[in-house]
Amino acid sequence: MADPIDSTDTSHRRTRSSRRPGRDDVPAILVKVLLLGIVIGTAVALTPALVGEESWIFLVATWLIALVLVATYATGRALPAKYLVPGTLMLALFVVFPIALTAKTSFTNYGDGTRNDQQTTVDQIVGSSVTRADDSPQYNLTIATDGDPSSGPFTYFLVPQDDPETVYEGTEDGLEEDPGGVTVENGRVTAVDGYTILNIKQISAASDALDEIAIPTESDTFIVRDGTSEAFEGAPTLVYDADADTITDEADDVVYTVQQQGDREYFADETGKRLSDQSWTANVGTRNFNKIFTDSRISSSFIGIFIWTVVFATLSVVGTFLLGLAFAITLNDPRVRGQKIYRALLILPYAIPGFISLLLWSSFYNQDFGLINDITGLNINWFGGSFSAKVAVLLTNLWMGFPYMFLVSTGALQAIPEDLTEAARIDGASGFAGFRRITFPLLLVTVAPLLVATFAFNFNNFGAIYLLTGGGPFSPDNPTAGGTDILISYTYRLAFGAGGVQIGFAAAVSVVLFVITGVIAALQFRATRSLEDVN
Amino acid sequence: MRRLTRTLGPVAVAVLALTAAGCGGDSGSSSSSSSSDTSSSSPSEDTGGGDADLLVWTDSLKIDAVKQVADSFGEANGITVKVQAISEDLQGSFVTADAAGNGPDVVVGAHDWIGNLVQNGAIDPLNLTPDELSGYSEKAVQATTYDGKLYGVPYGIEALALYRNKDVVPDEPASMDDAIASGEAAVKSGKVESALNLPVGELGDAYHMEPILTSFGGYIFSYDEATGYDAQDVGIGKDGSIKAAEEISRLAKAKVLRTSISGDNSIALFTSGKAAYLISGPWALADVKKAGFDYGIQPVPGFAGQDPAQPFMGAQAFMVAANGKNKDIAQEFVNNGVNSEDAMMTLFEGTQLPPAMTAVQDQVDDPDLTVFTEAANGAAPMPAIPAMASVWEPLGKAYSAIVSGKDPVATIKSAGDTINKAIADAG
Repeated sequence: MADPIDSTDTSHRRTRSSRRPGRDDVPAILVKVLLLGIVIGTAVALTPALVGEESWIFLVATWLIALVLVATYATGRALPAKYLVPGTLMLALFVVFPIALTAKTSFTNYGDGTRNDQQTTVDQIVGSSVTRADDSPQYNLTIATDGDPSSGPFTYFLVPQDDPETVYEGTEDGLEEDPGGVTVENGRVTAVDGYTILNIKQISAASDALDEIAIPTESDTFIVRDGTSEAFEGAPTLVYDADADTITDEADDVVYTVQQQGDREYFADETGKRLSDQSWTANVGTRNFNKIFTDSRISSSFIGIFIWTVVFATLSVVGTFLLGLAFAITLNDPRVRGQKIYRALLILPYAIPGFISLLLWSSFYNQDFGLINDITGLNINWFGGSFSAKVAVLLTNLWMGFPYMFLVSTGALQAIPEDLTEAARIDGASGFAGFRRITFPLLLVTVAPLLVATFAFNFNNFGAIYLLTGGGPFSPDNPTAGGTDILISYTYRLAFGAGGVQIGFAAAVSVVLFVITGVIAALQFRATRSLEDVN
Repeated sequence: MRRLTRTLGPVAVAVLALTAAGCGGDSGSSSSSSSSDTSSSSPSEDTGGGDADLLVWTDSLKIDAVKQVADSFGEANGITVKVQAISEDLQGSFVTADAAGNGPDVVVGAHDWIGNLVQNGAIDPLNLTPDELSGYSEKAVQATTYDGKLYGVPYGIEALALYRNKDVVPDEPASMDDAIASGEAAVKSGKVESALNLPVGELGDAYHMEPILTSFGGYIFSYDEATGYDAQDVGIGKDGSIKAAEEISRLAKAKVLRTSISGDNSIALFTSGKAAYLISGPWALADVKKAGFDYGIQPVPGFAGQDPAQPFMGAQAFMVAANGKNKDIAQEFVNNGVNSEDAMMTLFEGTQLPPAMTAVQDQVDDPDLTVFTEAANGAAPMPAIPAMASVWEPLGKAYSAIVSGKDPVATIKSAGDTINKAIADAG
């Protein structure tokens, strides 16, 4: 919109915009100002939090988006952008951003045990090592201040629970017995002359300041707050040496160094014994991808599962389409009575929430107590064998999926002009020939893209597998790959099943799956493009 | 990574996008909905807990009891308390929320989460005095202690027990063999369809199979008083587990154990009178009481001439979040609000779980719950170490495969190899 007149000649602009009704309405302008104000306000309000978190990328992104929005809607320029910007932003935020984040995560070992960075982990390990001194009494604690309740300085007043007559005053200089001006009730200091006693809320609010205070005792330990009303003598047994990156246990002088174990680093002693199960997030390069392609347990199952995934998706699409189409054609014949009732009944499976019907079907297949064996008089252990479980999965998915195909086919059939089939009949192509040569090709033009979409959906139909068979049956020597597992359910088990949550690895598998599904979809769309020639 | 998840960035970006969608309409009429979105997710650091002085997360079954305890603590201390039920994946939600800095101050959950919560740095240790700890049943303290430190104040304990339909089998069996024999006799006479409802399922159930494993001398991890469970010593694939596997195979051939009985239907089949025995926990009690027949409960007995059966014992506990906003109040609540006889009584009455505090155990006069208390005190705490995550699936599936007719010895040995490899892989 590099229209010089637009920006310079205001009178021209006014006349042009006034031609659009409602364009310059006062309420519309107010709404616009309000919304843009909210955008800017949000960005401003978020800034301190983002600066505090030091997340500069988000800060820049937030302001960039705000500026783009303001520039687009506050000025009269760039009319197409007004329509394109929301969609583009959405695409970037909800599609591109997650994909980029997934790809980024796939190069880390992020997951259970590695959720924190190393500094946080060290702080936590050392902080958790505070141990009560063997002979430490439990004190009733009162925190008071002769200054401000939020900033201090703070003084601890301690009464041993087993000796309620004694009172200690604790400051950074140490403990002092029997301070003056102290009122003790029920073994607890309740008032001190010249001091304000902090209540539970004030203690909580001042906890950061209180954590900075170390009140030493005579036995080389410190007074440790235990909640807000009690305290004990104790000290951390572990010390972190930042220069050497080691943790030393002062009780027995064992030094723990950073060591690689499995796919992550731990603090461990000379013999490899870990100090803690806590590890931290680290970049692992392409190790997650290497594991997918080189780990024998994964790669050996991968091909079989990939083939079954394709078979499952293909048979599901073909089966549901043929069944749905057959019903659609039958009910499309004007001679059928009660069309509406039949149609309503056929859509029922579609109306029941999928996960409920899947769980129900799962119980139908029970060998001894299931509906299917009961009715048919069979005694098949449906989910016990790989083949019968696959059949069961396909049958259930057929039941779940055909109503959709029925709906789609019915709509497509009704959209085919009557005169085409009539002309075909006159030319001698009646019955099946007419259907095969005229109706079906025309139908495919409409339906083919939906078939591709359904294929993609079934390719990743996690629910159908997970809720029905759980991926089983499993052979005892490989409990990670089941007989009915498709790639997505298999991935889920690898990432979240045994061994805790491995988000980094799961992200790597997702990236691989993304590529595979993308390639397949691209090939299919190329194939369906030829159908468009029919028109 | 952590920085990305913990920032408000994504929220902000989403807010901006929603606003953008509103601006997109030229008329401005479509903007009302988006502006309400904006206000609800405005960056007031609203973390769901509002600005309560203490935020507790629990599950929907326990919320009423937990709320009572939390409310009385709040009243006594003049603070606002909020209790929220997380109905789906409480443990996972808690780990994620705590890492992002918008989790609760206290979480109420099972003791076997502790290993995972500690390795994720999500909970802080507690410092109850030895005196206070002696008020709890030994097994409950053992369960909530991890790496030599206490991580939760336990209030309820649970373990499997053996339910019996007295209309079918009037006499209490002395051993598992007796139970199975009388159950099989009942099946033969047509009174019931199943001798013993022990959930197996197609995917296996290592939890319910534990009494059989332990009765034959099998174990999952070796246990040491001082250091707890040892992930380096896996008992699956060793002698005891092989004997157990052979027995499981024999019971499967006799149709006592079958994959068609799973966690989904075992209780329902028992309460509808189709089974002589049921192995289940206190959670089945309410259903069994309503079933309309006379029932008996006893701790799961061992097999004749073998060790006593040791099912898994689970403890429900209050834990203090590592990244809560009010850690001092959280510690105070757990140390003094929860750790008292009154609170424990309230929790027992509200949850109907066998109590962990011995003083409360002594006051329980419900004979069924007394049996469950006895069962839990005789059980072994479920391992809380993260390595346990590598055990459930392979072991359960091995049991299921044996029940479906696979060779017991080869299967259990192969499961042991799989478990050892998974533990080694995880580091």
